[in-house]
Amino acid sequence: MATLARLQARSKSIAQQYYYRNSVVDIFRKKENDAAIKIQSWFRGCQVRAYIRYLHRVATIIQKRWRGYLGRQQYQVIVKLAYYTMKMNLYNAMAVRIQRRWRGYKIRKYCFNYYYLKEYLKAVSETNDAIREALEEFAEMKEREEKKADLEREEKERDYQARKMHYLLSTKQIPGIYNSPFRKDPDPWELRLQKAKPLTHRRPEVKRKRSICLSDWLACTSARSFPRSGILPPIDRKRCQGPFRDISEVLEQRYKPLEPTLRVAEPIDGLTEARAQLQKQEWARNVNDNMFLPFSSYHKNKKYVPTMHLSSKYGPDVYGTQHFRDENPKRWICNKDFQTVLPSFDLFSKYGKMYSKAGQIV
Amino acid sequence: MSQRQVLQVFEQYQKARTQFVQMVAELATRPQNIETLQNADIIAVIQTAITYGLYIFMHSLTKDQSPWIPNGQTGVMALLRPLLLDVVPTIQQTAALALGRLANYNDDLAEAVVKGDILPQLVYSLAEQNRFYKKAAAFVLRAVGKHSPQLAQAIVDCGALDTLVICLEDFDPGVKEAAAWALGYIARHNAELSQAVVDAGAVPLLVLCIQEPEIALKRIAVSALSDIAKHSPELAQTVVDAGVIAHLAQMILNPDAKLKRQVLSALSQIAKHSVDLAEMVVEAEIFPVVLTCLKDKDEYVKKNASTLIREIAKHTPELSQLIVNAGGVAAVIDCIGSCKGNIRLPGIMLLGYVAAHSENLAMAVIISKGVPQLSLCLSEEPEDHIKAAAAWALGHIGRHTPEHARAVAVTNTLPVLLSLYMSTESSEDLQVKSKKAIKNILQKCTYLPALEPFLYDAPPNILKHVVGQFSKVLPHDSKARRLFVTSGGLKKVQEIKAEPGSLLQEYINSINNCYPEEIVRYYSPGYSETLLQRVDSYQPLTN
Repeated sequence: MATLARLQARSKSIAQQYYYRNSVVDIFRKKENDAAIKIQSWFRGCQVRAYIRYLHRVATIIQKRWRGYLGRQQYQVIVKLAYYTMKMNLYNAMAVRIQRRWRGYKIRKYCFNYYYLKEYLKAVSETNDAIREALEEFAEMKEREEKKADLEREEKERDYQARKMHYLLSTKQIPGIYNSPFRKDPDPWELRLQKAKPLTHRRPEVKRKRSICLSDWLACTSARSFPRSGILPPIDRKRCQGPFRDISEVLEQRYKPLEPTLRVAEPIDGLTEARAQLQKQEWARNVNDNMFLPFSSYHKNKKYVPTMHLSSKYGPDVYGTQHFRDENPKRWICNKDFQTVLPSFDLFSKYGKMYSKAGQIV
Repeated sequence: MSQRQVLQVFEQYQKARTQFVQMVAELATRPQNIETLQNADIIAVIQTAITYGLYIFMHSLTKDQSPWIPNGQTGVMALLRPLLLDVVPTIQQTAALALGRLANYNDDLAEAVVKGDILPQLVYSLAEQNRFYKKAAAFVLRAVGKHSPQLAQAIVDCGALDTLVICLEDFDPGVKEAAAWALGYIARHNAELSQAVVDAGAVPLLVLCIQEPEIALKRIAVSALSDIAKHSPELAQTVVDAGVIAHLAQMILNPDAKLKRQVLSALSQIAKHSVDLAEMVVEAEIFPVVLTCLKDKDEYVKKNASTLIREIAKHTPELSQLIVNAGGVAAVIDCIGSCKGNIRLPGIMLLGYVAAHSENLAMAVIISKGVPQLSLCLSEEPEDHIKAAAAWALGHIGRHTPEHARAVAVTNTLPVLLSLYMSTESSEDLQVKSKKAIKNILQKCTYLPALEPFLYDAPPNILKHVVGQFSKVLPHDSKARRLFVTSGGLKKVQEIKAEPGSLLQEYINSINNCYPEEIVRYYSPGYSETLLQRVDSYQPLTN
């Protein structure tokens, strides 16, 4: 309490003192405050600047490091790339070398073999020559054939002409037009005429009936198989020396017409054919087959009716009408020969009807 | 009147008909009569109608007036038509013959036959009648069908194909021939008509006809097959499937020239479509045999044989190689040398085709002495299209390597080609072909003596290539450089007016770079003046 009282006692002075002091301070307060602020601001400015400077320094260090790192990295990449390109260039160059060699080798070996090509071309030209020659030969052959055919045709024509003009041949008395007496040699046509045979008169052509009869067929085959010369074989040929037959005989044998046997000469269906022909004729003549009967004799038209005996299924009874044994054979046998039914041989039938050389009857 | 008199009237009538038909048929053989027959007066028609008392004719008169009365045409046609239905076979046949001859003459008359509804009854009777009539009827069909696709189509529409095919099975070779002929004429127009003929089943029967002994029938049947095969690969395949090739190959050696023509033409028509077909033709072992046909006397056999070889060669390099190996090229070259005009054309084209396939084949053509022959053709043939073909072939031969180009150039062909290109008389096609050939050859040519004349008389578009070749060769060849100067080539090059920056200028520059500057300047156009100016301006040293 004493303290309180003391304090209370003192409070007045304290208050006074407080007031006084405050009033003293108040005079400088603003100034001091301003000064303090100035000092503070300066200081703080220095402090912050220093800090910022510090920060900048640090940032530069960081940037330096980072940039250095990045740069190194890029450098690495560039170096790698450069190395790679260099390497690849080298490789490519080497590859080109290898390829060049290989391709050259391959082409020379397989595709464009110079020697092979040379050889091939040589072979081609050889074939060409061969073909040309062969074709030439072929053409020549053809031409020759043609010429020959031409010549033959001409010769034939001239022959025919000669035969046609045979009447111009000179005789012993009268020289022909080709055998002028004023010339030294006769014309070549004269010789040709001498050789030629005169043309025979043309026979009026008989229209041949077309048929399929066997004899015709045979005739046509014989025409095909045997040479038929238009002119007869020469008569006045000299006899050959040696044990040969007479020429005429041989020729006759050679050129005799085909003489088929009776069995072959007649067609197998001759009967039917003849019947057909007959029918055709009758049809052409158009005559009624049935007998023409006048009405007056109508009763004759009646059909004959056989008796029962005769019309039996088993035929007529032979008993009593036929004799099986002849009692008088002499009556039927005579001393004459049988008459032949078959046609006689040509030789015999013509015997005595032909003329010999001398004109006598053989 | 007795019975005999009545009969006599009929007999007279028949005689008159026969005579009429025979006379018309005879008149129709001469071209100068056709006009008259065609325009036979309408009054005359009616008069004759009355004279002959043809009730059928009058019937047709009343039935279809429109087609023929207004223009008064088809006079004989209308008269002949009822006669086709005559009771007497001879009259029918002769009427058909006359109709055929009329229709053969021109397409107006053929059309009149179609319009007159004559075809159906012809077709109908084609199946019924005897062989003479069949022959005549087939002749009419042929005469009508040959003019145009429409007329042929009209025949097909009448159903004639089936009956014609039946006629191919006839015993008589004449009927077969006529039917085959008509079928061939129908098939020759276009693919549809050929297809119709094939669908009617004609091909196997035609193949049978080929095997007949008659030459005429063979000829016609082969020609019909050729007409069928020519349109499309499918049709050709159908023909081949019928086994034709073996028979045709056998017939190449037939002595008959006309048959040979047809056979070769048929083979080429088959071979032209595809590689497969061509190979099938080759496999029939035609090869050394066909070459004999090139030596034939008949011109058309030669032509068709070359056509056949050409059609085979054009497909692949292998086939061409086969022909070269068989010596076909040499034979064709000989053949070209032995004939004139259009017959050469397929041979020339063959050389072009073979040479176009590969450089080795082109070399084979060169060593077979094809180039001189072609240049001969180029200079002596009067017709432009043959020249164009020769130019084309030469271009193909020369375009492969410098070696090839040299072979072409040494025969002195290039100036001829150039003159053809420059000539105003030559056709456009020839100009284009020769230009292309020149260009192809020049681009490979290193044979300078042949190039040099071109410096003087070639137009700029060709000069470009010539100078280009010089610019390629001169840097590497000192002798050529020297020769180029002495022959005046360098001077000529300096005279050329080229636009700066153009390809030509570049070439000229590269040529100039091969020479020392003085000589280039010496040969430049204005050099003398500059030299004189220098003389003028020169101050001599005076002591």
